[in-house]
Amino acid sequence: MESINEIKRDSLNALLAAGKRGDNRGMHDYRKITIQAAPLQNAEGSAIATIGKSQVMAGIKFDVATPFADRPTEGVLSTSADLLPLASHLFETGPPGDESIELARVVDRGIRSANIIDLKSFFIEDGKVLAVYLDIYVLDHDGNLIDCSSLAAMAALMSARMPKIEGGKIVRGEFTGKLPIKEKVVTCTFGKLGDRIFLDPSLDEEKGMDTRLTLATTAQHLCAAQKGGWGTFSEKDILNALDISMQKGKELRALLPQ
Amino acid sequence: MQLNGDIMGGSAANKMPLLVGGKRVDGRGVEDLRNIKIVARVLNDADGSAYIEWGKNKILAGVYGPSECIPRHDQSLYRAVVKCRYSMAPFSGMEEHGRSGPNRRSKELSKVIKEAFENVIVSENFPKTQIEVYLEVLQSDGGTRCAAVTAAAVALADAGIPMKDMINAVAVCKIDGEMAVDPGKEEDNFGESDMPIAFSPRTGEVLLFQMDGLLTKDELERGFSLARSASDKIRQLQVDAIKKVYDEPREERFLVISK
Repeated sequence: MESINEIKRDSLNALLAAGKRGDNRGMHDYRKITIQAAPLQNAEGSAIATIGKSQVMAGIKFDVATPFADRPTEGVLSTSADLLPLASHLFETGPPGDESIELARVVDRGIRSANIIDLKSFFIEDGKVLAVYLDIYVLDHDGNLIDCSSLAAMAALMSARMPKIEGGKIVRGEFTGKLPIKEKVVTCTFGKLGDRIFLDPSLDEEKGMDTRLTLATTAQHLCAAQKGGWGTFSEKDILNALDISMQKGKELRALLPQ
Repeated sequence: MQLNGDIMGGSAANKMPLLVGGKRVDGRGVEDLRNIKIVARVLNDADGSAYIEWGKNKILAGVYGPSECIPRHDQSLYRAVVKCRYSMAPFSGMEEHGRSGPNRRSKELSKVIKEAFENVIVSENFPKTQIEVYLEVLQSDGGTRCAAVTAAAVALADAGIPMKDMINAVAVCKIDGEMAVDPGKEEDNFGESDMPIAFSPRTGEVLLFQMDGLLTKDELERGFSLARSASDKIRQLQVDAIKKVYDEPREERFLVISK
């Protein structure tokens, strides 16, 4: 496996040196992106996002839960990610590994730090709050699962309906309106090999590249970041990547349901 | 997770009428299946895949193999080992958020589904290998194991794995004293009996068989006959799904879910 990655790295290096990518994209181009909003009915919210041949489903469920002791009046947001074994020959069954935990946490961090869900409005009564569960289900892996997952997550949240609550319990199948979402958070993930930086790494590029940078943005701000892999970025690299992320963010937000 | 009505052990203690003037709660007759839609090859990385909508059930099947059997102590010198994982998404039910990871129910279903396929896969062609079947229930509406078996057979065929037959499964139930095919969620929860069966349509052999509730011998016979004629209809949908992959060749494959 390692030797194959070395070969991929050499060919990626040669391509990038010629200013090209394997699929003839520009350095700052995404592959084709599609979004299906609300494909499911039992979940309160859902979506499927695809980038290239990567496919990710996100599902939203609401439950009544006990609040955290330090925030007794705030609702709970809980994000998890499953790298389904049917999505890739690289994934195995079993408890969540490092990669799926990082994926869930990066998606969660953007949504949480931009405060796009008003968790204070999720208070029901003393000791009871609404919990929103965001589950990321990776169905097909062709690289850049972070951006694909955050698009699916955002589209699912935007499609989510608020459950009706009666006597401290959720009345299933009845809704009081849409889940209010204040802003659209999107992520842009870059790969780096040598000193070349490119947007939306495919699986082939991920295998050959040194390092990865994800920036989550709202229309105005950077709201989460994550570097991955063993390579490094300069400060200037990161500032440049932010400029591109702000600009690409507009295009990604336009793809999300309004 | 007891939230989808798809558990064995429905109770007969209710008084909700399930059959009025030959019509069931959703308007079907006793011999009618719910709407079934099957699409083969909806994933890019898996060697074979299929997606099924059966009533409100939405299930994705993916197959890998034959590939080297790991860990090696699972290997057979004589045949391919079939591995199966049936799993329900935490957002698949109407009720509360489910727990992720296998539970007793999902492990039992994985086992009986695996055993059904061990009878039809020509596994002796591939010693020391494994064939992995992954079944993901994205939305559940009663009868997920039958829909999952039906989708898995199409995914295995899509992966080019030699099989003696294109198998499928369907349940029969007893509602208000009458046998009916393909119980929906309410019938599953409140019916008097539930009996999922997988047939090999070509030979008529029974590959998966479970049952709960109370039945007479006559009712069992009537159940078999209902299931068998439903199974023939489902087989046609499976064959059509596989044909469509080759009628409409495409570079990239995507899962498209009807609303």
